[in-house]
Amino acid sequence: MNTMPAGSQRARSKSLADWPPIILNLVAFAFGVAVWWAITAAKLVVLPGPVDVFQRGIELIMSGQLLIDILSSLRRVLTGFLLGVALAIPVGFLMGWYRVARALIEPYIQFFRMIPPLAVIPLAIVTMGIDEAPKVFVIFLASFLSCVVATYQGVISVDRTLINAARVLGAKDRVIFPRIIIPASTPFILVGVRIGLGSAWATVVAAELIAAQSGLGFRMQQAQLYYDLPTIFVSLISIGILGLLMDRLVQAAERRLTQWQERV
Amino acid sequence: MTPSQITDPKISFQNVSRRFGAGDSSFLALDRLSLDIADGEFVTVVGPSGCGKSTAMNIAAGLTDVSDGRVLVDGKSVDGPGPERGVIFQQYALFPWLTVRQNVEFGLRIKGMPAAERRRVSDHFINLVGLSDFADALPKTLSGGMKQRCAIARAYAVNPSILLMDEPFGALDALTRVNMQDQLLDTWTRERRTVIFITHDVDEAVYLANRVIVMAARPGRLHDIIPVDLPYPRTEEIRLSQKFADIRNRVWHAVYHQKPQIEPSIQEEEH
Repeated sequence: MNTMPAGSQRARSKSLADWPPIILNLVAFAFGVAVWWAITAAKLVVLPGPVDVFQRGIELIMSGQLLIDILSSLRRVLTGFLLGVALAIPVGFLMGWYRVARALIEPYIQFFRMIPPLAVIPLAIVTMGIDEAPKVFVIFLASFLSCVVATYQGVISVDRTLINAARVLGAKDRVIFPRIIIPASTPFILVGVRIGLGSAWATVVAAELIAAQSGLGFRMQQAQLYYDLPTIFVSLISIGILGLLMDRLVQAAERRLTQWQERV
Repeated sequence: MTPSQITDPKISFQNVSRRFGAGDSSFLALDRLSLDIADGEFVTVVGPSGCGKSTAMNIAAGLTDVSDGRVLVDGKSVDGPGPERGVIFQQYALFPWLTVRQNVEFGLRIKGMPAAERRRVSDHFINLVGLSDFADALPKTLSGGMKQRCAIARAYAVNPSILLMDEPFGALDALTRVNMQDQLLDTWTRERRTVIFITHDVDEAVYLANRVIVMAARPGRLHDIIPVDLPYPRTEEIRLSQKFADIRNRVWHAVYHQKPQIEPSIQEEEH
């Protein structure tokens, strides 16, 4: 990545720009932890320091508690998310391909999109009880709504010329759909999937804060009652790391599936 | 308009009109175009923008409906796209997620041709356009000229008897363009098809064609037909000859010094 001409003034002394990004990432991370430690050690704020949090993290891992919480949160996210995406992709295609379907469905989508999924939680709890159903439903709703719009945008923005090119080569609608529409709109769909996963993850924690027997959100809520700040920190960090990992996974899939795209 | 001397034409435009839009905002893109094209002929179409040349081509391709009149191909009325008419677009229109070979084989797959035969046909045409070394490359890695050669191979692969080309070299630089013209003529000599080639470049129109169709705008209509009495293969010598220059000047005048037309009906009476 270093584009500096060799032998230039700055190339001789090793500057920060010459460091590999991963080293810079680690430096920034270490610096953040150091600041955190310094502030808490000096008792400037009433927060647990990195050492406390790390110890609690080890405890929670050893007792198996953290794993149980992570698995139950992940299960909810994946169930709701997969259901949402599985419905969003066909509905998005339907809306993009048939004008009638678009006119019939779009008002509902646009309306429900304006309601934050979290606002549906109270209603979901009242009507579906406090077990898994309302949480999965809210996550399903969140990922469905963000993915359906992206899919349908993808279908309507498929280049007309590609469709015409397929038609003059003898393709009928039944061929054009799988061979042209689906691959051409894949980049849009994957953006939708990524946004959907983000909103699913954001929703699960909130859903668990309200009613759950396990999960990262539930654990934080319990810890809040006992003023157990280290546990809250461990949960927050876990949520961040898991979200990041899932996003990277979708990104990797995106790169593989859309490597044919011309990128500027 | 022009009485046809061609018996048994390959393509026949018969009083073809096309109106876009409705009411006051509608406009006549093509006004009663009548034109016969013989089998194996290479016809180029030039004219100012808005002369309906692309509309005429899209109608022949079956991608646009007529408002009036009809287009016959081999004596049969055109109703939608058909495998006997290959189309080459200005924007290449390659499927970017498919390799060169997969693009060329696209139409063959739809036909249900077995893999081995598909491979043989695609090898032949990829070789014909000189892309053998790039058969497994994705379109994004190709230059503009290579993309268009791939598109030509793809159109040829389904074995159409007619090639409709809508400003295929319009997006290429001048040098590549001349190169592509020679390659196209070379391909056409070896694999003879009836070609309608739309361009806005007078030189290109004369260099490639048996006949140059000049069109006029507002409303889009036939203006003049200029025969190009030059032998094939066309060479640089021909391109630089006096005869070429004379024909070129004639076409130039027909394109750039068209009398403005006020009312279509008045023009009709003048004929």
